Amino acid sequence: MAKTILAVDDSGSLRQMVSFSLQAAGYNVVQAVDGQDGLNKAKEKTVDLVLTDQNMPIMDGLTLIKNLRGLGSYQKVPILMLTTESSDEMKAKGKAAGANGWLVKPFDPKRLIEVVQKVIG
Amino acid sequence: MPIDMSQFYEVFFDESEELLAEAERLLLEINIENPDIEELNAIFRAAHSIKGGAATFGMMNMTEITHVLENLLDKIRKHELALTSEHVDAFLAAKDVLKMMVDGHRLGSDVDAKMVADVKMQLSALSEKSGASLSKPAPATAASAPVVGPPPAVEAPAAIAAAPVEVQAAADGLKRFDIELPETSEKDVANLQEELGLLGEVVSAKRADGRYVFTLTTDSTPADIISICSFVFDPDSLVIRDASTPGIPAPEAPAPTPTPTPETESQSRVEIHEEVGYGLFSLPGKENEEEGYGLFAPFTPHPDAIEAGAAAPGDSTTAEPVTPAVTENANPGTNAILENQEKKNLGRRETDKAPASAETTSIRVGIEKVDQLINLVGELVITQAMIEQRSSTLDPVHHEKLINSIGLLTRNTHDLQESVMSIRMMPMDFVFSRFPRMVRDLAGKLNKKVEFVTLGATTELDKGLIERIVDPLTHLVRNSVDHGIETPENRRAAGKDEVGKLTLSAAHKGGSIVIEVTDDGAGLNREKLLAKAQKNGLPVSENMTDSEVHQLIFAPGFSMAEIVTDVSGRGVGMDVVKRNITSMGGMVEIRSALGYGTTISISLPLTLAILDGMSVSLGQNIYVIPLNLIVETMQPKMEDIKTVTNEGLMVHVRGEYLPIIPLYALFKQDTEITHPTEGVLIIIEAEGKKAALFVDTLVGQQQVVIKSLETNFKKIQGVSGATIMGDGSVALILDVPAIIKMGQHNQPQGVHQ
Repeated sequence: MAKTILAVDDSGSLRQMVSFSLQAAGYNVVQAVDGQDGLNKAKEKTVDLVLTDQNMPIMDGLTLIKNLRGLGSYQKVPILMLTTESSDEMKAKGKAAGANGWLVKPFDPKRLIEVVQKVIG
Repeated sequence: MPIDMSQFYEVFFDESEELLAEAERLLLEINIENPDIEELNAIFRAAHSIKGGAATFGMMNMTEITHVLENLLDKIRKHELALTSEHVDAFLAAKDVLKMMVDGHRLGSDVDAKMVADVKMQLSALSEKSGASLSKPAPATAASAPVVGPPPAVEAPAAIAAAPVEVQAAADGLKRFDIELPETSEKDVANLQEELGLLGEVVSAKRADGRYVFTLTTDSTPADIISICSFVFDPDSLVIRDASTPGIPAPEAPAPTPTPTPETESQSRVEIHEEVGYGLFSLPGKENEEEGYGLFAPFTPHPDAIEAGAAAPGDSTTAEPVTPAVTENANPGTNAILENQEKKNLGRRETDKAPASAETTSIRVGIEKVDQLINLVGELVITQAMIEQRSSTLDPVHHEKLINSIGLLTRNTHDLQESVMSIRMMPMDFVFSRFPRMVRDLAGKLNKKVEFVTLGATTELDKGLIERIVDPLTHLVRNSVDHGIETPENRRAAGKDEVGKLTLSAAHKGGSIVIEVTDDGAGLNREKLLAKAQKNGLPVSENMTDSEVHQLIFAPGFSMAEIVTDVSGRGVGMDVVKRNITSMGGMVEIRSALGYGTTISISLPLTLAILDGMSVSLGQNIYVIPLNLIVETMQPKMEDIKTVTNEGLMVHVRGEYLPIIPLYALFKQDTEITHPTEGVLIIIEAEGKKAALFVDTLVGQQQVVIKSLETNFKKIQGVSGATIMGDGSVALILDVPAIIKMGQHNQPQGVHQ
């Protein structure tokens, strides 16, 4: 059964790029437009992997990750940050919030699929 | 599988335009002394999102600008830097440049390199001003490389070795790139070397494994290099590295993996390959910097993934570090997966009932599909009208049910037509949103203070009209700022607030939309207008009403500006404004009071697809005349008709003599009514000229659906389109301005006196 990935990004073009690429690779993708939307969707359905942008209106990526880790059902779901900020500080923050990894923007679909496959197969 | 990135471009362009418009709106409203943090965040996010998209979709010119912009904004929102009006100006200029770049990518329009350079300079000047607080006043390439890890250790020798070259290259404004080619024939290498030679100086070196490395010194961007190389190689198989800034991989390189310079090649080759090869999961805490991603431990890899990963080429060297992590976490991992799968089954059921998510509430369709739909509905309305007309002769007792059903059909058809028409409707905000910026810039240029207000921005108008109203409206707003609103000194002297108020409003009134540009400026001066008109040789009299006097400003070549400014006032314009609006089937009106201001009111039909027309008959045929171009209709008396030598017949209407244009002669139609006193004269007006169109009779006033004659048949002079009448017959819609022109050259001789 195809795995489901929650893709959270306020940018429609990137969200679409991520979703189309992952769908083409055989995953189900649930899209969310900001952290809050992501959190709501994560509660609505269970997903196998969360990919989230950091800088978003309403709720940013780090807050989303913290919130997700606070939910019983999301304690072990892998979460990757898709971010343009690759500073050590940001990585440390992401790690502290409970992210399992990060993927730096810009990335091409191939790299994204590679990383996702490594994480959830 | 390859994924075509270009499919996302349109979305990215639209998104960028929206973000830019939003950022501009926020910038215009921002309180410079005490900026709202939420607004700053929103502007920052706009720059950030565009940067992310531009980098992903390879639009590097946009990445550079947004990167600098983002840096500055970040400082400001973190209070490291105080916002100044200079910043706002620079940000607005950057917005314009970005918009230009979006258009450049999207429509292939020109990107003004000078403007880009100016803005870049402006931004970097501001960055430098922020002094030490800005850690890296980023050079062009570093700016376009938003994601750069620290240089790996193995790079150190290379960096040192490259240093002298770097200094030299930097002095020339040149950059040095190392281009590592995949295995290929000598011929390809030679070809490519020649091609790259066009960009700059190329040095080729053959490595021990038989692969070539070019060192190119050039002022071109990596994107240029890639585009040249892509004629010969799959760009993904190339490794391009900016050697003039050691340790920073060229951002456009598909695999931002550092390539060793020839000097250190042998020593670092092994590491490089490990880095290129897809290492699975890094050891706890270690990230694959060069890969652009990292996975923190403890991490639960999927069991399948390990096999998949291990099978991938180049994995062998890095597979080892992974194993411990996997072993440690194997059990919790499996549990998590099982747990997930159970939940997923649960989740599935819930999803079915879940409401449509936000991103599915709007869809994007091509305008031609919508037009096709509108066209079909137009046909349906006509068919329905035919059925209705034919059913009117039926006996209502015998056919009661049929007649009821037809009534229902009528209602449904009209509802359908209304809904379909609404698809093409767009909010006026689409036009209005461009004005705050323009007013701000103009007011600044003219040293005036203007408060700009828009009302009714949500009012909807047909897309076609929206696009065509932009130019006239721009002209009117510009005029109001330039000529309407006075300088602060003059306003104070007149006892007014020194800040002038300019209002742009839109509202529905009946079947049309009314757009008004109102200023509280000096107003139109009747005496000056009259004097000026007289000087220009226009027919004027002291008895003219105010409204007639105001209409004078629409006369060609008429300008009220006492000094011609570079903003407006060259006397071209208002007549063009009026002509544009008339051609859209609209009307312009002026209301003005000296000392209190001026309102210019435009009324437009809601849509271009339907026309309010007067149908007239000529012999066997029906013609439709746009109602907004008809001044009046009359049945002339014998004494009103005069013959003027070389001018043909004229009719005397309210003090003026108008040429009579007999439609039957113009269109060479047969009719029994050949003298104006037997038929009807329709006084038409277009482009400031009036004429009396002579037809047989009036048939009635009605809305007609416009069909293009040009696309279905061919262009005919004097006819702007066609429509299908209720009885199924085709009627031609007259092109009034063309008919007035034709009438001037085509005075028939055979009209009976």
